[in-house]
Amino acid sequence: MLAFIVRRILQSILVMLAVGAIAFSLFNYVGDPVSLMLPPEATQADREEVRQSLGLDKPFYVQFATFIGNALQGNFGISLRLGRPVSQLLAERLPATLELAMTAAVFGLFVGIPMGVYTALNRDKWTSKLLLTGSLVGVSLPNFLIGIFLILVFAVWLGWLPSFGRGEVTQLGFWSTGFLTADGMRAIILPAITLGFYPITLIMRLVRAEMLEVLRTDYIKFARARGLTNNAVHFGHALKNTLVPVITITGLQLGGIIAFAIITETVFQWPGMGLLFIQAVQFADIPVMAAYLCLIGFIFVAVNLIVDLLYFAVDPRLRVEQSGSGGH
Amino acid sequence: MIIPPLKRSFCVATCVVTLFLSAITSVADAKSLRYGTQDEPQTLDPHAANLAVTNRLLSNVYEGLVGRDKNYQLVPWLATSWTAPDGRSGNNNWRFILRPNVKFHDGSILTADDVVFSVQRAMHPLSQHKIAVQGVAHARKVDDLTVDLLMREPNPVLPNHLIQLRIMNKAWAIKHRAESPQNYKDKEDTYVSRNANGTGPFMVKERQTDVRTVLAAFPEWWNKNSPEKGNLTQVVLLPIKSNPTRLAALISNEVQFVNDPPPQDIPRLKASGQVKVVEGLESRVQYLVFDMRRDELLYSNIKGKNPWKDIRVRQAVAHAIDANAIKTKVMRNLAVLTGTIITDQDQGYSKDADTRLMYDPARAKKLLAEAGYPDGFAVTLDCGANQPAADICQAVGPMLARVGIRVSPNIMQTALLFPKLQKFDTSFYLLSWSTPTGDALYTLQSLLRTPSKLNASGDPDTSSGDNNFGQYSNKVFDDLVDRFKVENDLKKRDAIIRDALLLINRELPIVTLHKPIIPWAMSARAGNEVSAVLPPNGVPYFFRFISK
Repeated sequence: MLAFIVRRILQSILVMLAVGAIAFSLFNYVGDPVSLMLPPEATQADREEVRQSLGLDKPFYVQFATFIGNALQGNFGISLRLGRPVSQLLAERLPATLELAMTAAVFGLFVGIPMGVYTALNRDKWTSKLLLTGSLVGVSLPNFLIGIFLILVFAVWLGWLPSFGRGEVTQLGFWSTGFLTADGMRAIILPAITLGFYPITLIMRLVRAEMLEVLRTDYIKFARARGLTNNAVHFGHALKNTLVPVITITGLQLGGIIAFAIITETVFQWPGMGLLFIQAVQFADIPVMAAYLCLIGFIFVAVNLIVDLLYFAVDPRLRVEQSGSGGH
Repeated sequence: MIIPPLKRSFCVATCVVTLFLSAITSVADAKSLRYGTQDEPQTLDPHAANLAVTNRLLSNVYEGLVGRDKNYQLVPWLATSWTAPDGRSGNNNWRFILRPNVKFHDGSILTADDVVFSVQRAMHPLSQHKIAVQGVAHARKVDDLTVDLLMREPNPVLPNHLIQLRIMNKAWAIKHRAESPQNYKDKEDTYVSRNANGTGPFMVKERQTDVRTVLAAFPEWWNKNSPEKGNLTQVVLLPIKSNPTRLAALISNEVQFVNDPPPQDIPRLKASGQVKVVEGLESRVQYLVFDMRRDELLYSNIKGKNPWKDIRVRQAVAHAIDANAIKTKVMRNLAVLTGTIITDQDQGYSKDADTRLMYDPARAKKLLAEAGYPDGFAVTLDCGANQPAADICQAVGPMLARVGIRVSPNIMQTALLFPKLQKFDTSFYLLSWSTPTGDALYTLQSLLRTPSKLNASGDPDTSSGDNNFGQYSNKVFDDLVDRFKVENDLKKRDAIIRDALLLINRELPIVTLHKPIIPWAMSARAGNEVSAVLPPNGVPYFFRFISK
């Protein structure tokens, strides 16, 4: 058990280093931030001076080593665009992204699971077919298009919801939340639906497939033979057993939702980390890009690690195999 | 509200919606303006970034000694009067008399010390506003309300330049350790980049980067009784990156003013009835530049010679480009053709230098054949990925291909394009240029005078040819620039500038295309109807806005 965990953690560190190195080598192609920071009439000497003071004149591996060294101490440097510490900027933006991602995930679960159950139980109804076809649209439509469409309907035509921003936020210590004001709650609806669209369709199809599988198993037949009510069979036995893979997938999706919030955040001007990243790319703001990529890499790695460890805890077979006896 | 009985049941349903709606729209009362814009300033430091986006905000917060009125005419602003050097007794100093009792936002009074401090700060190596004090050696306080600017070299149009010089409070800057403009070396958060203390009509009340910046009217503004003053008491700047979202916010009245609507949406905005569009000519020119120096082009199939060095080839390019088609199709008529690099807003403009070669592909083909390229040649055109540059670049390609010059557009991020151009690593490029000083000197010196880097001995004037990436070098032109630079008589000066512009039109080291028109979109709803004047520098001076 301990060896397994240590091995996984070491692998994770390797992955993180690889992410960092790839991200860092890409930065040689995003452009020269000094040319954006200084006036066009700046002399070559001015440019060299700024380049040196930012450490941009050093070879790639030295810059990378310095970056890793500082990052381990939680210091990601200063944003070239905003002139503020990157760690501070990320800490400011993290709550917005996490609130959006969580809302989208919860939304995905609470809409996706009932829809999946419904389509599995009523396989041949036209409503199920409609939902399934609709879910294809959800999978294939790009995120930004869904966002723009929702803005058109709910902000421009109906005028019910704001088209951009986070609304009124409340500061709770370091955490800024939009959940405590009506304005903030209204503002999160459209972005959360946009971001949750893909998870909904994914979860719905997953639940449906798992449910159909489980409904064919022997214990469901026995349950029916015992004369249990449909509700007890469907929700007490079948659904419960479909949820294990659903929760795994949702957990893994969460990393994806956070990472792909970039597009939703750009469409809705949601002041999260994704928006910060997009603007950093346009400005060749290397410290912000590096920190963001490492943070997203870290979230992915951490989620994967936790899921692996959970499997270990949940599934006894893994433990048995580890002890070498095999077979079950 | 009295509701007729018949409508009551109907109201139960609609009133809920209406209430919901009003909760959103009531955010904007008559005197508050919500302003949606694509990019927001990265800094509030008055002497750091010299970018249009920064100037649009800071021009409302900080002010200069000289200003512009509603008709874009030069007027005394923080200085009530000034005297130019008479030049007779070798005296080269400008004297400025300051306006008394001008208050900063923190309540302190403007004195000569603040002006001297601001001049020195703008001259700092990290300042992007050195051009605002072109020719100034240093500033000297004479008394509390008198400042002398001692000149290193004459600058007869110094007041035009000084419009750009924002005056900040010395004590405040020193207190917050901001004696120099934003310093990237110290790697620390500079207070002055997030806070402001100017003398302008608006104070920065709240600033959250990428979320909002709130400006509140300054009740003790010295010019509050100006007849030009509008009625805004608050301006909320909301950066909204995505074009459709920004326009949706405008149409749904979440913002009442957008300074950068995408050109393709303007007809639809105008037709909506809820939004009106004001158009203004920007003092900016879009132009193409040839590599005029190399003996063999870097990015071409012609080896051993540089076709651009033949005047007939450059004329062929000018004849082959249908600038009018670019104007109507790419710019959607939001442009005016121009035949010269400075605009009629700038000192030194002359009508007879504003001529362009006719669109005539047949003549272009003939010129190419005469120059020895009957089958044309291939070349790469470097352009920025920003709009409309990228679209213009793609339109120019086929136009030149029609006469045989096979252009491959190389469209890249500006963060990559500028370093490339600064290394002169180009054969042909497209850029746009605006003259921030409102005077021909800066433009001609920076774009067309021989680059100082080319002089091994080191040109005494280091700003010469800073943006001359085509490396055009002509002794006659350089002499003309050097002459009018020190000419104090405006009439004579204008005549020399005219000669210089005519010389460029004959030599064609650049081909000018058009001046863009800036559209501003604003609410036309009763209660939130915005009236605004669009100046040629594209700065929304909010104190002149009216909302009713």
